[in-house]
Amino acid sequence: MSSYATKFSRDARRVTSDRRLRQTIRTALHNYEIARDRHQTAFRDWQTARQAAAETKWEAINLLPQHLAEFADKLAVRGTKVHWASTAKQASDIIVGIVQARGARSIIKSKAMTAEEIHLNGALENVGYEVVESDLGEFIVQLRHEAPFHIVFPSMHLTRGEIKDLFQSALGDAPSDDPEALTMVARRVLRKKYLTADVGITGANFAIAETGMISITENEGNARLTAALPKTMVTLLGIEKILPRMADLALFLPMLATAGAGQPMTGYNTLYGGPRQYGECDGPEEFHVVLLDNHRTELLADPQQRDALHCIRCGACLNVCPIFRNIGGHTYNTTYSGPIGSVITPHLRGLQDWKHLSAASSLCGACTEACPVKINLHHHLLHNRRNAVKLKPSAREQFGYDMFTSVMNHPFVWWLGKKTGWLLQPLHNIVKRSPLDPVRAWTKTRDLPPVPRHSFKDWWRKRK
Amino acid sequence: MHAERMTVTLFIPCFVDALFPHAGISMVQVLERLGHQVVCPKALVCCGQPAFNSGYWDEARPIATRTLEILKDAEAIVIGSGSCGAMVKKFYPELFSGTKHAQLAGQIASRTWEFSDFLVSKLGVTDLDARFPAKVTFHDGCHGLRELGIKTAPRALLAEVRDLVLVEMAEAETCCGFGGTFATKFPMISTAMGEAKCASAIETGAEYIVSNDSSCLMQIQGLLSRQGGKIKTIHLAEVLAQQ
Repeated sequence: MSSYATKFSRDARRVTSDRRLRQTIRTALHNYEIARDRHQTAFRDWQTARQAAAETKWEAINLLPQHLAEFADKLAVRGTKVHWASTAKQASDIIVGIVQARGARSIIKSKAMTAEEIHLNGALENVGYEVVESDLGEFIVQLRHEAPFHIVFPSMHLTRGEIKDLFQSALGDAPSDDPEALTMVARRVLRKKYLTADVGITGANFAIAETGMISITENEGNARLTAALPKTMVTLLGIEKILPRMADLALFLPMLATAGAGQPMTGYNTLYGGPRQYGECDGPEEFHVVLLDNHRTELLADPQQRDALHCIRCGACLNVCPIFRNIGGHTYNTTYSGPIGSVITPHLRGLQDWKHLSAASSLCGACTEACPVKINLHHHLLHNRRNAVKLKPSAREQFGYDMFTSVMNHPFVWWLGKKTGWLLQPLHNIVKRSPLDPVRAWTKTRDLPPVPRHSFKDWWRKRK
Repeated sequence: MHAERMTVTLFIPCFVDALFPHAGISMVQVLERLGHQVVCPKALVCCGQPAFNSGYWDEARPIATRTLEILKDAEAIVIGSGSCGAMVKKFYPELFSGTKHAQLAGQIASRTWEFSDFLVSKLGVTDLDARFPAKVTFHDGCHGLRELGIKTAPRALLAEVRDLVLVEMAEAETCCGFGGTFATKFPMISTAMGEAKCASAIETGAEYIVSNDSSCLMQIQGLLSRQGGKIKTIHLAEVLAQQ
């Protein structure tokens, strides 16, 4: 078992026994579900919208090279510097280089999961820069020196009381646990940072090939300030963020908001097409777009799983996932948690190290049902399991399933197995729940059904 | 309106055979009462799902191949589990894709029904003249619900049962946490999921949790017995067989 798998099980054990945390997650996501259901009805037909979105993303990814070239060309025409990064390291080196070339002192950043993926803050801090997260949720987890708990709701695991205590200890200012009062505290801190920052770093929700524009959707206006106030703007995005046409946003913006946050539309929706143009009175002097591959092209080369690149990072699959709800985001120990994280992390960071995430699923399919772009998430988990076994079966499991196959293909052996189970039952009752119990993983928390003396097949035979 | 008399090949999944014979017996009774001839091939044991779901497709295939051969000439195949039904209907075609059994897998998939779906969608029957005087809540097994799209059939059947009151739980569609080997590979997660499920069922004040999947019921009953509550589990077929 990889050390990541061991840590995963340990953390899962801790979180599942933390009833208060599980309840916090449940309550938050229950409220989300109610709002999502309400706003889905604003679509003429949600299922048709999903199909349209899936087809558009299929088109975008199927012709990715053409779309990317068009996107980059259109951006470059307006004076944007477009960078291509094959690896996480290259991407962070490019951004560190930009920051250093500008002689920057401080950096403001809006929410970007791709920045988490390449550990950008760490890279910038290592060379002496301060990076401030301007999204409120991200700001909170940054103060706690934690990774985001959820790709859309970074601090959903915290109660307002915990945030008040955090602000008191980290910022020395927390008038009450009223969300609005706490937001005002963060706002005062952040406004100063916007004004002094030399570089603003953002992510992107969509990249429009047709017009060469970045679409950013947000609720706090922080991404706008991050993009507009500093002299240099840097946008980091994965190459899969492409949408072919501007008109596609008419579907994707409300869909992202509804599926992800249970909102009809996100508060601020902005398009960025380049640095300040001649005659314009605001906007950054320099605009850099960094396009990140980081194993995405390998996923693209996999015909069975490439639709995982259709993901718009809405978080809907996390929200409905009963695993996520009970183990929380940090247990995954990955940038992308929940079902989509379990599907793509093995591709981004190695199948053998991360296959346990695909095993840690009951394959219930709630994720697939929720996905607005119809990624067959839980079947991809099955495929990851199969691929992991194909490359490196575990000796114990291999033996177990070889046995299983021979038992199930020999009705007499199966009959013998049932009788043995019935005979051994009194013995099992003696060791039940003790360390000697061979099925303790089950009996620790659950009773086993009694093995009846006569099976169905016994009854059937006797009856005839 | 009853369909004409059919020969129904009843596939009782391995764990139902070994642990829940009454669910299987009830299925036989219900089908025979409707006038159909039921056959249960002696050699038919397992669909191979545990190996398949764990990624051991090469080990699942011999089991599935044998199953296909046994079912080759069956007119109508009824499976007493949504989960095993999904294996045969949905995953056999994928498991055998590109092999010489591909066509047979497709044919058998189209002749296979989950028990409640067979009654309602194939036979067009909902009233089985059953009586079960109790307040019940229904748990949708994930495979039946999301792989096979079975949602209304069990409810249509329960609606006709005399003296039965169905109270829906808030989390009827939420996974019970069983998930096959998942339940013992990650028992802490599986248990936490099951606890949420049980809490939602208990909230309804129902006396029974009914489902068309014995595996889900094994998980739910396993937790409930430890909690010591009053609510019990029962397979849909057992409810329908009561008169």
